[in-house]
Amino acid sequence: MSSDELATPFRQRADGAMKDTFLQEALTIATTKFIGLRREAFAGFPEGEALRDQARAIKEATLQELDRHLETLIANVERLGGHVHYAAAPVEARSIIVDIARRTGARMAVKSKSMATEEIHLNEALEAAGITPVETDLGEYIIQLAHERPSHIIAPAIHKTKGQVAELFTRELNRHAAPDPEALTRIARGELREKFLQADLGITGANFAVADTGTVVLVTNEGNGRMVTSLPRVHVAVMGVEKVVPSLTDLMVFLAILAKSATGQKLSVYTSLVQGPRRAGELEGPEEFHLVLLDGGRIAQIGGPLREALSCLRCGACLNVCPVYRQIGGHAYGYTYPGPIGILLTAMMEGTPAVKDLAHASSLCGACADACPVRIDIPRMLIDLRREVGDRKIAPWTERVAFTLLSRLLRHPRLYRLAARAGRLLQRPFAGSGRVSRLPLFFGEWTRTRDLPPMASRTFQERWASDMDLRA
Amino acid sequence: MTDRRASLMVTCLGDLFFPEVGVSIVRVLRKLGVIVDVPADQTCCGLPLFNSGYHSEAAAVARRTVSLFKDSEHVVVPSGSCAWMVKHEYPGLLAKAGLAREAAQLAARTHELSQFLVRVLGVTEFTSAVPGRVTYHDSCHLLRGLHESQSPRTVLGKLRGAELVPLPGADECCGFGGSFAVRLPEVSSQILAKKLANVEATGADCLVACDAGCLMQMGGGLTRKKSRVRALHLAELLDGSP
Repeated sequence: MSSDELATPFRQRADGAMKDTFLQEALTIATTKFIGLRREAFAGFPEGEALRDQARAIKEATLQELDRHLETLIANVERLGGHVHYAAAPVEARSIIVDIARRTGARMAVKSKSMATEEIHLNEALEAAGITPVETDLGEYIIQLAHERPSHIIAPAIHKTKGQVAELFTRELNRHAAPDPEALTRIARGELREKFLQADLGITGANFAVADTGTVVLVTNEGNGRMVTSLPRVHVAVMGVEKVVPSLTDLMVFLAILAKSATGQKLSVYTSLVQGPRRAGELEGPEEFHLVLLDGGRIAQIGGPLREALSCLRCGACLNVCPVYRQIGGHAYGYTYPGPIGILLTAMMEGTPAVKDLAHASSLCGACADACPVRIDIPRMLIDLRREVGDRKIAPWTERVAFTLLSRLLRHPRLYRLAARAGRLLQRPFAGSGRVSRLPLFFGEWTRTRDLPPMASRTFQERWASDMDLRA
Repeated sequence: MTDRRASLMVTCLGDLFFPEVGVSIVRVLRKLGVIVDVPADQTCCGLPLFNSGYHSEAAAVARRTVSLFKDSEHVVVPSGSCAWMVKHEYPGLLAKAGLAREAAQLAARTHELSQFLVRVLGVTEFTSAVPGRVTYHDSCHLLRGLHESQSPRTVLGKLRGAELVPLPGADECCGFGGSFAVRLPEVSSQILAKKLANVEATGADCLVACDAGCLMQMGGGLTRKKSRVRALHLAELLDGSP
């Protein structure tokens, strides 16, 4: 999102999203469907719970020795004839990839869906260098045509209805398109087929990279990932350093739960295991293979408060079940990664001040932690971020004063009782009907849409102290 | 079942806004032969401070609570979220002050009301004080924090004079979330609106929950839209004549 858009406070961005009737329709349909599919997938998979624990344990163990696993990965990719690059920050990753494109004379790059390339804003960098990026995942293709950003980790165009996509295709591709998913897919497929054949460069992310074998693993549903990694002369894969897994045996544990969590599928339609460039005697595959390892704030969190978030598989399950995401969608969050996990990843990548409001964009209902295939305790880390926002005085002073006063009241029962009496007096003008329907100042944030029960004329403890019937 | 003793942790919302819930709990427990006491000078468990990130302040409040209930055999709490705070957060919060053991002991003796009735006392049969059709909303902290979905449903399912009907999306948040409800009131209200649409579609006369926060949110939404559905705490239903 541009800095202009971020200048709008989060609350207003969220409110805007809730007034977008298309967005509301699309979000409700899609997240409800995803929730049901995930639930069904795990209901018929009793070993799922143990596999989730095992997956988390593998992630933890891998993080313990991340340097060693990365060294193994690098050695194996190079042994297979690939090149490995290390990027400490998005700007470095961009220039590494632009350099590869320039050196190999690339004019057009086809891309498979990748959040890491979104994170580093790769498309803008390629365009600035005169290289045309073409998104080939259907959802990504749609939002590229619309000049937007993904609003969901696995379903980038989740915010669009089929009617909107049909209008977009009609306008941008200059051909009549009916609001029928099959027909729309056929149109996109026709457009993209040409691009695959023209492209010099294929760019992908990586769901996993297997250290032992130097394999990059892509989990996709449309087959575009295979075209991207096999047709162009050069393949560049971009991955966060935390995506390394030690062995193929470990990989199987993740594959058993990833698609079930994401889309409710047993496995995605395509699971592509890519090993280096084309070898002598092979009929397909790129001449050159590059793996870009991206830090981007991750390594600092191995020993940091957001460590758990490094286990994230990017399945999107926490977005689908989040009551906040389900109302406001992904764009309102304002950064590459939306939803509950997105708040943590944004803090990791942009720093805590960037999430001073987002850290509160959760009712802490815990549905995210429940849905997370590797059981990341997202609410816990959101609370910890709130603490940091308060401790570092990033939170507004009015809030800090209010909570300091509250803590006084709660530590001193005499003050608490005094406040209760004051509250009862102050509510009088508003509590006539037995419901408080309109309150001034900050309290109006509640009463605009909801009543408040009036404070009782006698607190429970006052009744307990004086009503002998109650005590008997 | 005699000689059971229990202390009521009435909670701030229970004390200030819903004293009748506390009264019902005292009556219900006493009918079951439980000797009930209410340690004086209770305020709040500190959850609002904790969830907003004010942890040293929350720890100071927690310390008071631990001391107030140090002699209690059982502590009964009418809100899943406050019970969760005591059971899950107190030990960690008070570790720095060297009170982890006292906090862990309190955690073990603390029970949300429906859990105390069903899992500690083993009582599941009551007569409804509010006859009619009821539906049950799972409070997030009770459901996902304390992993309890059965105890309230067991009681409501057997409740004489009441018919329990399932609530679609019962496990979805009502949008309360403490300060969330006023920090992002528009989002909170839209979550609530969807919850209440589900509630009204059940045809229930009464919406039951085991958390004062959710009841404040859902009850406030129901009266605002002049719904015929009443939001009540479980204890208020159980307080019927036998």
